[in-house]
Amino acid sequence: MLRVSEVSHAYGRLESLRSVSLQVETGEIVCLLGPSGCGKTTLLRIIAGLEENYRGQVTLDGQDIGGAPAHQRGFGLMFQDFALFPHMSVADNVAYGLRRRGVRASLIRQQVAGLLEKVGLAGMGARDIASLSGGQKQRVALARSLAPRPRLLMLDEPLGSLDAQLRDQLALELRGLIKEQGLSAIYVTHDHREAYAVADRIAVMDVGSIEQVDTPLALYRRPGSAFVARFLGMRNVYAINHSRFIHELSRRAMAGANDGETVLIHPSGIRLGGSPASRTMLSEAVLQSIVFRGDYYDVSANAGGDTMLSFAASQVSADVGATVTVAISLDAVMTLRR
Amino acid sequence: MSARKSALRYAKGLVFLLPLAFLGVFFVYPLLTLFDISLRPDGALDLSAFARLMTSDYYLNTLLFTVYQALVSTVATLALALPCAYVFARYRFPGRSLLLSLATLPFVLPTVVVALAFSAVLGERGLLNDMLRLLFSLDEAPLQLERTLAIIIIAHVFYNFSVALRIMTGYWSSLGFHAEEAARCLGANELAVWRDIRLPVIRPALLSAGALVFIFCFTSFGVVLILGGVRFSTLEVQIYYQAVSIFNLPLAAALSLVQIVSMLVLLLVYTASQRRLHLPHDERSAHSVRPHTRRERAAIAITVGLMSILLFAPLAALVWRSLFLAGHLDVSGYTSLAEKTRASLLFTTPLEAVFNSLRFALIAASAALSLGTVASIMIKRGDAWTRLVDPLFMLPLATSAVTLGFGFIVALDEPPLDLRSSWAIIPISHALVALPFVIRSVLPSLRVIPPSLGEAACMLGAQEFARLRTIDLPLASRGLVVGATFAFTVSMGEFGASLFVAQRESVTIPVVIYRLFGHPGLASYRQALAMSVILMLVCAGGFLIIERLRGAGVGEF
Repeated sequence: MLRVSEVSHAYGRLESLRSVSLQVETGEIVCLLGPSGCGKTTLLRIIAGLEENYRGQVTLDGQDIGGAPAHQRGFGLMFQDFALFPHMSVADNVAYGLRRRGVRASLIRQQVAGLLEKVGLAGMGARDIASLSGGQKQRVALARSLAPRPRLLMLDEPLGSLDAQLRDQLALELRGLIKEQGLSAIYVTHDHREAYAVADRIAVMDVGSIEQVDTPLALYRRPGSAFVARFLGMRNVYAINHSRFIHELSRRAMAGANDGETVLIHPSGIRLGGSPASRTMLSEAVLQSIVFRGDYYDVSANAGGDTMLSFAASQVSADVGATVTVAISLDAVMTLRR
Repeated sequence: MSARKSALRYAKGLVFLLPLAFLGVFFVYPLLTLFDISLRPDGALDLSAFARLMTSDYYLNTLLFTVYQALVSTVATLALALPCAYVFARYRFPGRSLLLSLATLPFVLPTVVVALAFSAVLGERGLLNDMLRLLFSLDEAPLQLERTLAIIIIAHVFYNFSVALRIMTGYWSSLGFHAEEAARCLGANELAVWRDIRLPVIRPALLSAGALVFIFCFTSFGVVLILGGVRFSTLEVQIYYQAVSIFNLPLAAALSLVQIVSMLVLLLVYTASQRRLHLPHDERSAHSVRPHTRRERAAIAITVGLMSILLFAPLAALVWRSLFLAGHLDVSGYTSLAEKTRASLLFTTPLEAVFNSLRFALIAASAALSLGTVASIMIKRGDAWTRLVDPLFMLPLATSAVTLGFGFIVALDEPPLDLRSSWAIIPISHALVALPFVIRSVLPSLRVIPPSLGEAACMLGAQEFARLRTIDLPLASRGLVVGATFAFTVSMGEFGASLFVAQRESVTIPVVIYRLFGHPGLASYRQALAMSVILMLVCAGGFLIIERLRGAGVGEF
């Protein structure tokens, strides 16, 4: 449906996007995941038509929309700060896009009431924007961008300003609503857990470029580069000749591992303790830190004196400084693009 | 691009050009004409007017006196405002914010009102002299302040006290007082604290306030003309005198040139001093405290008392004087406003001037508001060339009203722009003077609107005009009201330019007050007082609106 082809953009002399390409299919939610300043918001603004000085092509159903001004594209954009109109009531905010399209007043009332009910704000249409909580504002912003039935909905860190507890719940609600309306959506976030929960596919961005596009599961199982792995919170990334331990492990896991490659030990493949099994390497390691996280412990242990391994454990019976046995599944060892 | 689209774009461009065209025709062109008259009075380069200025002791003295009186006024203002600012920044006490806000009132009062108020309290016919005469049974007025430098300077202090107070109080409360508390703990006494901490700390604000007050006093016209008379002739008064009484246009134009250049230099100094005011402020230390010792309470009482006398005695005296004659209620000043005083050199009754003023102020405010709003929108869009436009619109503020008025009558007196005998020239000149005030009120309130709001509206299908109508202008409405009120108040009280351009039937309140005041006889004096009270009330009303809305953080004044 939407296709972004080789889009480049610069702020002055600072290059913010380098030949970025991306596709969104009808009814699909694509997450743009990346650290702040990586250009994801800029890409969103280019698609929205709010950013004009770029090279490359943006097409919708095969048609170039580069020349269309933002207000004629029929896209919806939910802003990070929600950008609610402070001088209008909740209902007037939601009705704004419908009014601009010249929809009949009676129809507008009906649709606004329906949308407010859908986002859980039934009967709050007359409320002042200033009187709303953060979560309520987020819902009004969502209802407002949904109201004109956009061809494509874009959400720029829609949960960024909310506290963590609310985020988990609202992420699910958001996905539900978008799917229910059958919308295509681009969802920008820097939180990989949020992206896992919301996206059909995730595009991970490093500074100015897209590193990898995959489904959440594929991305988790097989991150393509060191940057992606680290950004997804995987810390066991090493140069292959980082240490004798890593070198040995890589040789046993992958026959043709070359010098100069980067290696990831997937965190799901490291366990505390264990007995010899096929395609498993056992190693002694000294516990460096144990952090209690509630459902699990974050453990880091030093193997071979120069290789730090990080992994989760459901139980730890030893103390920091003790030597333990660590089992590493050879299937969890993989090479990465640097 | 379709034909309709490009036509729209042209129309938009034309609208944006309107404020610039206005500025060009009614500001730049008159100033250029002044240059022309001063440099080429008869078509060829002729610097004799300047030669006369440079060689004549009289004009040199005029310049020196202008600087001298501005300097004395500035020092007096700062000397009074400095301790008051400290008290206001340091202590919390009942009525503090009310007094601080009321202190701004003089700033919006027309010069003629201030001049009459001071003559009503300190003048020969003033309240103070009446009281002293009654007290000591004297025949003569003991205080002979009218037409002295002293009364001019006192009026200047009244005018500018609030400006200095606001700048210094704001700066001081944002800096906090930890440094002086530390100094005290290290053994510094009151004198040492002033010398080592407070003065060095407040210095940037002191310089900035001083520069601003100096500018105001340097261009002061109404106060000097009315309270001082021809004897105390500043540049402004001299321009008026040369142009209107002696009709020596080249010399008046040369004086205007000197005035413009001096103002530009002064403004550069002010801008430089103001830049140093933007220090990183430590908001946490900005706490005022309740007074503890008896000495602190005394300091507050003295400050409040002094300020009340300075700010309200003249205005109260003005009202009193307009209502009472020799201790008895006498409202003849008001009731006779519909009558034409014999031989008062007026072509209208004072009441007609009131209607004139209201009409002109409405027109000027509408014009200034529309032009100023368009200009603000243009400046806010922030294209590269608008960075040049922004200071351009502030220039009328930096040009004295007398110079503007003079430029008007010499430039706009022949076709195609023969406005000399049209009443329209008055609201136009007022709109020009008010334009910077409107922009400085509207622009900040447009700038605080987060850009994402406009973009959100755009994503919801609103094109540029719809965005302005539904988002920007409603959100800037307070700024628009403040700007319009400022423009209205400025127009009501405008004196310097009006004195040049207001003709015969189309005179305004300040001009009539000046004429009536200068005319001998009790009847016209009482009319002048009554008119001043009316003007004061109108301006105080405007002030109330402005202060109410500015409390919500609107405007840059």
